[in-house]
Amino acid sequence: MKKVIMGNHALSYGAMLSRAQVIAAYPITPQTQVVELLSEMCADGTLNAKFIKVESEHSAMAACLGASLAGARTFTATSAQGLALMHEMLHWAAGGRMPVVMGNINRAMAPGWSIWADQNDSLSERDTGWIQFYCSSNQEVLDTVIQAFKVSEKLMIPSMIVLDAFALSHTYEVVEIPEQDKVDRFLPPFNPPWRLTPDDPHAFGGLTSPDHYMEFRYKLQKDMEKVPALVEETGKEYEKLFGRYLGQVEEYFCDEAELVFVTSGTAGYTARVAVDELRAKGIKAGNLRIKLFRPFPFEKVRDILSRVPKVAVLDRNISYGHHGIFYQEVKSAMYGQPSSPLIFGFIAGLGGRDITRDSYQEIAEYALNKNRAEEEIVWIGVKK
Amino acid sequence: MIEIRFHGRGGQGTVVASKILADALAKEGNYVQAYPEFGVERRGAPVFAFIRIDNKPIYDKSKIYNPDHVVVVDSTLVEAIDVTEGLKEGGCIIINSNNPPEHFRLPSKFKVFTVDATEIAVKHRLGTLAAPIVNTAITGAVIKILNLTRLESLVEAIREGISIKPEDNVKAAIEAYERA
Repeated sequence: MKKVIMGNHALSYGAMLSRAQVIAAYPITPQTQVVELLSEMCADGTLNAKFIKVESEHSAMAACLGASLAGARTFTATSAQGLALMHEMLHWAAGGRMPVVMGNINRAMAPGWSIWADQNDSLSERDTGWIQFYCSSNQEVLDTVIQAFKVSEKLMIPSMIVLDAFALSHTYEVVEIPEQDKVDRFLPPFNPPWRLTPDDPHAFGGLTSPDHYMEFRYKLQKDMEKVPALVEETGKEYEKLFGRYLGQVEEYFCDEAELVFVTSGTAGYTARVAVDELRAKGIKAGNLRIKLFRPFPFEKVRDILSRVPKVAVLDRNISYGHHGIFYQEVKSAMYGQPSSPLIFGFIAGLGGRDITRDSYQEIAEYALNKNRAEEEIVWIGVKK
Repeated sequence: MIEIRFHGRGGQGTVVASKILADALAKEGNYVQAYPEFGVERRGAPVFAFIRIDNKPIYDKSKIYNPDHVVVVDSTLVEAIDVTEGLKEGGCIIINSNNPPEHFRLPSKFKVFTVDATEIAVKHRLGTLAAPIVNTAITGAVIKILNLTRLESLVEAIREGISIKPEDNVKAAIEAYERA
């Protein structure tokens, strides 16, 4: 069934179709509608789940962790300061191997107080051990929720589904809502290898001496390394049932391109239109959209970018005192490769400033006219 | 691709109008993208809503700067702000007003239409006399003037999308469609 829905509700429908059993969340603009709809679904019986009201995001995630340990499929959603308040619990989720799935609406961190899109909130949680997916359409948001539960529960690692404030969260698009029985076939009930139950008592999260701690971390990393292949596999399985494929990256005209943009989120879709415009002018541009950011899709990125001479990475984020974060990651992936392109880093769109087709024209012009990355950061659209 | 910008005031249902229009267009197999002005809205203050329509997937996620057409839900906005900003030459401006199009003295490079959606809304008892809800009536005029979709699709979208007085809203949309 096709429905015109906003990105926030694409998350809600994804959680509903995944038959989430426990939802604990605290509202924050622009995420609020995600949990509003879920609470309605719980109230009217559309979704047979326990909705837990909490007093903060820290408590929301804590409640999710308890539920997940008890063996419930668990969902939450937040944004910006709310995600930051969860930070401690995010480490608990990944370190404790609790496969919670969370929607995060990318919203710039305050101050200055902002409700508009940028990626510094989710990227500040890069090293907490969560899988991170970045989405570009409402359809992708819904599909990713369902697939994230499958990937997360198989490896017992939590997933964060990231979407831009307003440009997705409040934007209505046509979305194909999958049929419940087909989703059930794709995503069987959550059946964890261990659970918190009085019938079979275990202790969780206990003191871990230097004799054991490192092995837990080693195992988390080893399982993280399995994510890319699993994303490919579940993506193909999903495609067979629903006709849509979710992979690690989306390639658009990268073959034999003279310049490839590396992008993410909604800016990664606008980039496709910019590529069309550049190609119409005779410039062989391409776009590599990163969908899976953690773990980083090294193999895919290396395979695609080692074949092109120039790469322009667009970051809607910044690591102060360093570079844009996707720029760091792409450079790190390409370092030491037998064939590495010239890589430029651009920062645009902080705090919700629009990233337009013209932004990409400016980026392309810069990258095509330089033979080395002269500036650490090239700023797009800064008022001087 | 067709891009339309709606001007209204907070509380008039401008965003809902763009959503209903998106629903109607999607029913006919179109790809649509509808969004409110990104940010906060206040009752009575000028608000915007936008819609993109195409027969193929819409990848441009940036804002609309050069709309093909403009819809003005509250005619007092014509004097308060520049409703023609960025509007493409030859574009339509559809204004909710009981005045004729000439009244607004807008540049001749645009095509101006007026429809008295307020009177229609009051007649069908939508909202209150002081604050009638004109959004469904406006959509009826918009689809006719811009030749966007069949009336049946709009009627269906209103029945599914408006929970309060759906049949009165349908009647208002049909009347505006017929009068436009």
